[in-house]
Amino acid sequence: MDKSLIRNFCIVAHIDHGKSTLADRIIEKTGLLTAREMQEQVLDNMELERERGITIKSQAVRTVYKANDGKEYIFNLIDTPGHVDFNYEVSRSLAACDGAILVVDAAQGVEAQTLANVYLALDHNLDVFPVINKIDLPSAEPQRVKDEIEDVIGIEAQDAPLISAKNGIGIEDVLEAVVHKIPAPKGDDSAPLSALIFDSIYDSYKGVIVFVRVMDGTVKKGTKIKMMATGACEEVVEVGYFGAGRFIPCDELTAGMVGYITASIKTLSETEVGDTVTEADNPCAQPLPGYKKVQPVVYCGVYPADSAKYEDLKEALEKLQLNDASLFFEPETSLALGFGFRCGFLGLLHLDIIQERLEREYDLDLVTTAPSVVYKVYKTDGSVIDLTNPSNLPDPSEIEYMEEPIVNAEIMVTKDFVGSIMELCQQRRGRYVSMEYIEAGRALIKYELPLNEIIYDFFDALKSRSRGYASFDYDLKGYEKSSLVKLDILINKEQVDALSFIVHSESAYERGRKMCEKLKDEIPRHLFEIPIQACVGGRVIARETVKAMRKDVLAKCYGGDITRKKKLLEKQKEGKKRMRQVGSVEIPQSAFMSVLKLDDDN
Amino acid sequence: MMTTDLTKSELYIHIPFCAKKCLYCDFLSFPADEKTKEKYIEALCDELLYIGSERCDKPLRSVFIGGGTPSVLPAEQIVKVTETVRSRFDLMPDAEVTIECNPGTLDEDKLKAYRECGINRLSLGLQSSHESELKSLGRIHTYDDFVACIRMAEEAGFDNINVDLMSGLPGQSASSFEETLRKVCTLSDSIKHISAYSLIVEEETPFGQMYEDGKLELPGEDEDRQMYHMTSRILKEYGFERYEISNYARPGYECIHNIGYWTGVEYFAAGLDAASYYGHCRYSDTPDMEEYLKDPLAGPALIEKLDQSGLMSEYMILGLRLTSGVSVSEFENRFKISLFDAYGKEIGRFESDGLLEHTGDFIKLSEKGLDLANFVMRAFI
Repeated sequence: MDKSLIRNFCIVAHIDHGKSTLADRIIEKTGLLTAREMQEQVLDNMELERERGITIKSQAVRTVYKANDGKEYIFNLIDTPGHVDFNYEVSRSLAACDGAILVVDAAQGVEAQTLANVYLALDHNLDVFPVINKIDLPSAEPQRVKDEIEDVIGIEAQDAPLISAKNGIGIEDVLEAVVHKIPAPKGDDSAPLSALIFDSIYDSYKGVIVFVRVMDGTVKKGTKIKMMATGACEEVVEVGYFGAGRFIPCDELTAGMVGYITASIKTLSETEVGDTVTEADNPCAQPLPGYKKVQPVVYCGVYPADSAKYEDLKEALEKLQLNDASLFFEPETSLALGFGFRCGFLGLLHLDIIQERLEREYDLDLVTTAPSVVYKVYKTDGSVIDLTNPSNLPDPSEIEYMEEPIVNAEIMVTKDFVGSIMELCQQRRGRYVSMEYIEAGRALIKYELPLNEIIYDFFDALKSRSRGYASFDYDLKGYEKSSLVKLDILINKEQVDALSFIVHSESAYERGRKMCEKLKDEIPRHLFEIPIQACVGGRVIARETVKAMRKDVLAKCYGGDITRKKKLLEKQKEGKKRMRQVGSVEIPQSAFMSVLKLDDDN
Repeated sequence: MMTTDLTKSELYIHIPFCAKKCLYCDFLSFPADEKTKEKYIEALCDELLYIGSERCDKPLRSVFIGGGTPSVLPAEQIVKVTETVRSRFDLMPDAEVTIECNPGTLDEDKLKAYRECGINRLSLGLQSSHESELKSLGRIHTYDDFVACIRMAEEAGFDNINVDLMSGLPGQSASSFEETLRKVCTLSDSIKHISAYSLIVEEETPFGQMYEDGKLELPGEDEDRQMYHMTSRILKEYGFERYEISNYARPGYECIHNIGYWTGVEYFAAGLDAASYYGHCRYSDTPDMEEYLKDPLAGPALIEKLDQSGLMSEYMILGLRLTSGVSVSEFENRFKISLFDAYGKEIGRFESDGLLEHTGDFIKLSEKGLDLANFVMRAFI
């Protein structure tokens, strides 16, 4: 394979700036697919992803482009997830590329994720060239955006192709720019094999399909390979490259190529993203840099709404895990919610996606508990616990101190909203780092924020305080000592374990009060009065009361009403069935979730 | 009389017309032109003929002409309907025959015609004696119209009259409701029955919309219950006893027809969207006027077939509406299983919560249970 005819690249962009649409156009124009074969968005092949307008798992497509110089080039377009939750996966996808197309919306300009993604790409020594998308919008200001890219990011943008991916304008310019501005891969076909795993999926026929970028060496059927981090060894069954939506076998993958390997591998855990594939008998000297074991950042309890569906939930989680090694789960029991699982996620979006997939693809009704970050509990006996479930917090007398995760947050916002965004960050215990105006009217605000302050409803609050204009990005900074307490909720004097959570001591009262108010609205009236109390260390800090029920009666029920009224009662009864019994109180499932959104400003 | 009479049937006749729709009404009813009304009565009579000859094989103990407002129709049309009934049904000589009327639509001739065709009970929708409350409900009549109707009805020979009243109205206070109750109770001896409903705001009504928009100022829950509790106390002073959640009567004047609904007596029904119950099945006629006029004999659609557990469940949730409650012995006779084997756990729980009472052969809702009837009934669904 002539390396000079290969281009390995990705597209980076802020969400909604048109990454997937441009990918579609590139695939279309390079003629790999006829227009008829095109799905609306080839790279986003999961229903859910399409609805959300984001790409979850990285995938790759190989296309053939006949350039103006008359030669045919192989384009390997590697798609990257567009969300901070998947930053590590993004970084590994970038490492598989030699260059990147930066897509910037001609009206919106540079956004927080644009910056985060482009810096990530530059960190990986990729050659980045910009394209200005959506130039056909009435509000498009291509020149302003070009200047902004040069000012803010510092890359040359004056000759950036002006395109409309949606309407197919300017795509040829992009393809030619890929040929000329993105370097061909390097590497030695005859050196010991080293190939970077940038993704893998599970297929029930082929087993794990490993997505690799070969850096050096050659891999083909029969090669005995070894995953350097996990140590797994297998014999290669098949290699090939990525057609759109299908796998096309080939004889061998050589240095510089992007493709897949199958080797009867049973589980994804053997093929971690970022690991290096080498030859078992002739290994490369060192693994490729950048490998990291992915750790969940956010945990929550996931319970079946119908406790009889526990096994179904378990099966569904197992199936999801086949294709998502970053999903963690283990059985957990709650007094209020019964049998379920404590699940770990890369972030809130990841949590949302998994929850939705469980509900949609596996038709499960779920109750999830408040998400929690991982706290470090330093005990008086010198041991340290990673606390993922607030209920497991040891007795305060056994705790020396606790630490919580802190993130570096970057928020980009127009200057009108700077004040309210800073106020929000202060409220969320943020530590101001810096603020710079990246162009007239827009500021990049940097804060250090405790992760547990942003996992609840920070996004929503940010959006509502900036009328949707703020964009936000963060990465984990590390752990810091903090004054944390466990807030317990007592309903009719009984503690509801699923509602406990860890909170900063200064926010305890506020949160406790809001939770009580919210629960008061959620819990239906019973025959008796129900006190709802928020407690810290056994001391009540807030209280509300659900008054006893006074009236629940149908005034009329005559011949024509009977069927309808019966249905009404049945429906109410069905609703009651889905409630959780805590002591003598029935709590609707929604109560467990409603307490996740407590911000008054929404 | 509060037990199930399986040897008789009842007949309901639906007249889906009214002069003007009230703001709280969610019944199938609407103003219509004369021609539609005529065509409807024709179709209705066809259906009645069919039911009388093909379906109903038991004597009728009651006929109820309801709506809508049946009294918006010209008297001849009502006469035609009752004559049709007589021609094909075995109407018992002492059958209760009721027509629903709006005080704004009655006159002497209509009342006379009703009386002559065998109608022996009137049900008058008054709702309130206060003009402001009547107005807020969108009623078309005044209290004076009502008083005049009562006089005309007595004149025509009616001595068994029901009056519908409502509590929990926008702008209503306990004392204004008390005044309505006392006025009606002292107005005439021919008023033998009072239905007093606590307003239900239904979604698909103008009230529902106003409620959603926050434009409906309703009495609070405490006041609403106060009015409800007051109702039975005051009506008792005048000799009206509560026999169902919202119904009160002088002894011996309980509505036979409605008791049939609550005790599982079979009933046939004719008219748009009319519901019937026989052979353990519930049926409903089409709610589509055009369809109905085209083929009134299309036959009512089967809504549900009740099995043993469905029958038992209905026996409980309907029977408990009656203040006398459900009969333990009758339950066992009908279903060949003891009430306590079937529902012992539920009954025990509600007894200890003070919602159900067990006296002699009867299980009934307590005073508190009447306020929370749904809570109890859900357990029997």
